[in-house]
Amino acid sequence: MENAKRNSRALRRTLRRRKFGMFVKQVVGNRMALAGVIIIAFFILMAVFGPMIMPFDPTINGETVESKYNSPSWEHLLGTDSLGRDVLANLMSGARVSLFVGISATLITMILGTLIGIVSGYVGGFVDNLLMRVTDFFLVLPWLPFCMVLAALFDKNSIWNIILVIGLTGWSSTARIIRSQTLSVKEQQYVERTISIGAGKWHIMFRHILPNVFPLVFSEAILIISGSILTETSLAFLGLGDPSRPSWGMMLSDASSGAMSVGAWWCYIIPGACVVLVALGFTLMGYAFDEILNPKLKTR
Amino acid sequence: MVKRILKRLLFVCITIFIVITFNFFLFRLMPGDIETRLQKSTASQEVKDRIIEESGVNKPWYEQYASYLKSMFSGDLGTAYNSYDGHQRVADIIWSRIPNTVILLVCAEILAILLGMFIGVVCAYKRGRPLDTGLLSASLALYSMPTFWFAMVLIFIFCSGLGWFPASGVKTAGTAYHGMKLVADYLKHMTLPMLCMGLVMVGSYAITMRSTMIDILTEDYITTARAKGFSTRYILFKHAAPNAMLPMSTIIALNLSVVFGGAIQLETLFSWPGLGMLMYKALNARDYPVLQGCFLISTVAIILANFLMDILYGFIDPRVKD
Repeated sequence: MENAKRNSRALRRTLRRRKFGMFVKQVVGNRMALAGVIIIAFFILMAVFGPMIMPFDPTINGETVESKYNSPSWEHLLGTDSLGRDVLANLMSGARVSLFVGISATLITMILGTLIGIVSGYVGGFVDNLLMRVTDFFLVLPWLPFCMVLAALFDKNSIWNIILVIGLTGWSSTARIIRSQTLSVKEQQYVERTISIGAGKWHIMFRHILPNVFPLVFSEAILIISGSILTETSLAFLGLGDPSRPSWGMMLSDASSGAMSVGAWWCYIIPGACVVLVALGFTLMGYAFDEILNPKLKTR
Repeated sequence: MVKRILKRLLFVCITIFIVITFNFFLFRLMPGDIETRLQKSTASQEVKDRIIEESGVNKPWYEQYASYLKSMFSGDLGTAYNSYDGHQRVADIIWSRIPNTVILLVCAEILAILLGMFIGVVCAYKRGRPLDTGLLSASLALYSMPTFWFAMVLIFIFCSGLGWFPASGVKTAGTAYHGMKLVADYLKHMTLPMLCMGLVMVGSYAITMRSTMIDILTEDYITTARAKGFSTRYILFKHAAPNAMLPMSTIIALNLSVVFGGAIQLETLFSWPGLGMLMYKALNARDYPVLQGCFLISTVAIILANFLMDILYGFIDPRVKD
C-alpha cells in the first residue's frame, strides 16, 4: 500500500517534469515567448542585483546646484535628477518597486478572480447569478476613476494600499474567463465519476477543476502583470505613490513637474521606456503562453 | 427590437441606482469627517454647529441615504470644499468642465477608429509580410505605453524640440481672440493631446480589426468579388471592412473606460481644463464631494454609452435579436 502510493507519486512527478520540459521546449521555439522571457529576465536580474552593484545610494540627495540635472556622463551614466540623485541607481531600485507592486497586485487579482470564477461556474444557480451580477457591476466601473476613489479611502499612500487598490479593481474580467472555462471542465466525465465516488463540492473545485483551469490562470496572470504595472505608473503620476519607495512611475511623475520644463530628458525618457519594455515583455509572454497552454487555441 | 431596448433600459436604470448607492457608502468610509475639518476653521461655535446641522452627519444613516437619493435625483451633487473657476456647487463645476473633455475625447476617438481600421485592413491584407509585422509591433508597443509618458515624449519632440504646438492649456495666455481665431487657437492647443490620446488607442483597434479581417478575407463572397474582377482596394474597403464593424463596435464600447482613464492623465499633463484634470485636483486636495461627483458622472456616462452602443448593434447588424 505504502509502496504503491510512493510509486504513483513518483510517476506523477515524472509526468509533471516531462510536461514542464515540453513547455520549456515550446517557449524556446516560440520567438514571441522567447523575446518576452529575455526582456523580463533582464529586468528581474536588474531589480535583484542592480542596487547591490550601484555605487550610488538612490535615497541620498546632495541638493546643490551643481549636482542637479547633470546630463549623462561617465560618472552618472544616465545623469542626475531634480534632487541630484543618480538616475541609473533610481532606475534599478525603482525596478524592484514596480515589479513587486505589479506582481503582488496580480496575485490578489488572480486569487479573487479565480475563486469567484470557479465557485460561480461550478456551483451555478443563484450563487452564479449573484456573483456574475457583482462582476458585471465591477466591469462597468471606469478603471482609473475607481482606482482613484479607492485610493482616496486611505489617509496616506503606502505601497500596500496601492497594491490593494490595483488588486481589488482588476479581477472582474478574470472571473468571467475562469467561469467560462470552469463551465466546460465541469462537463467532463471524470468530474461526474468523482461525484459518484462521493467527493464534496470544495474537493472537486480545488483538487480537480482548479488544476485544469490553472494553465489559463497562469497565462492570464502574466498578461495582468503588465496591466498592473501600467496602472501603478498611472497612479503614481496622479500623486498616488509611496514617497518612501520610489517606483518608475514616481520618477516619471517627478520629472513631469520639474525635469520636463528644464529639458532634462534623461530623467523621463529612459524610465518610461523601461515601463514600456516590461509591459511589452509580459504581454508577449502572456499571449505566447496562452497559445501554448490553452487547449482551445492549440487545436486550431 | 422595442422589447430588447426596454429590457436593456431597465438593466441600465438598476445599474445606475446601484452605482449611486455604492457611491454613497464608499464615500462614508472616507477618512476625515466634517467635524475634524471644522476644527481648523476660525468660525464661531454657532456657525460650526449650524454647518454640522445642515450637513446632516448626526442623523442616522438611512435618513442621510434618503436625503442623498433625493438630492441626486434633483441633480444636486452637493457643495465642494474648494471653489473651481468661481463655482462652488459640484454640479456647476462638473457641467462647466464637460465640453472640454467631450470635444477632446470625441476627436481622439474618431482619429483612433479611422486610423486603427485602416491599419487593421492593411495588416490583414499584407498578413505575415514585413509591413504587417512592423505595424503590428508598433500597435502593440503603443498599447503597452503609459498614456502620460507618451504625451511627455511628444511634448519633448514637438514643443521643446520643434516648437510647433503649445504644451498646456486651452488658449494662449494674455490673448482675447474672438470668433474663428478663438477656434483656431483652441484647435492648436488640442492637437497634441488629441494626437496622443488617439495614437495610444489605435493599438487595440488595429489588432481587433486585423484579426476580424483575416477571418473575413477567407469567406466565399470575397472570392466571388475577386472573380468578378473588382479591384483589391474596392473589395477590402467596400466588401470586407463593413462586415468587421460589429467586433469593432464591441471594442469601442469596452474601451470607453480606458479612454476616460487616459483623459485623466492627459488633461493633467496638458492642463486641459476638463473632467479628468478636475478629478486629479479633487483627489490631491481630498475634495470628496467633487471626487464623488466626478466618479458618479463618469460611471453613468460610460453605462449610458454602452447602452447606446448596444442599441446601435441592432441597426448595424440586423441579425442581433434578443
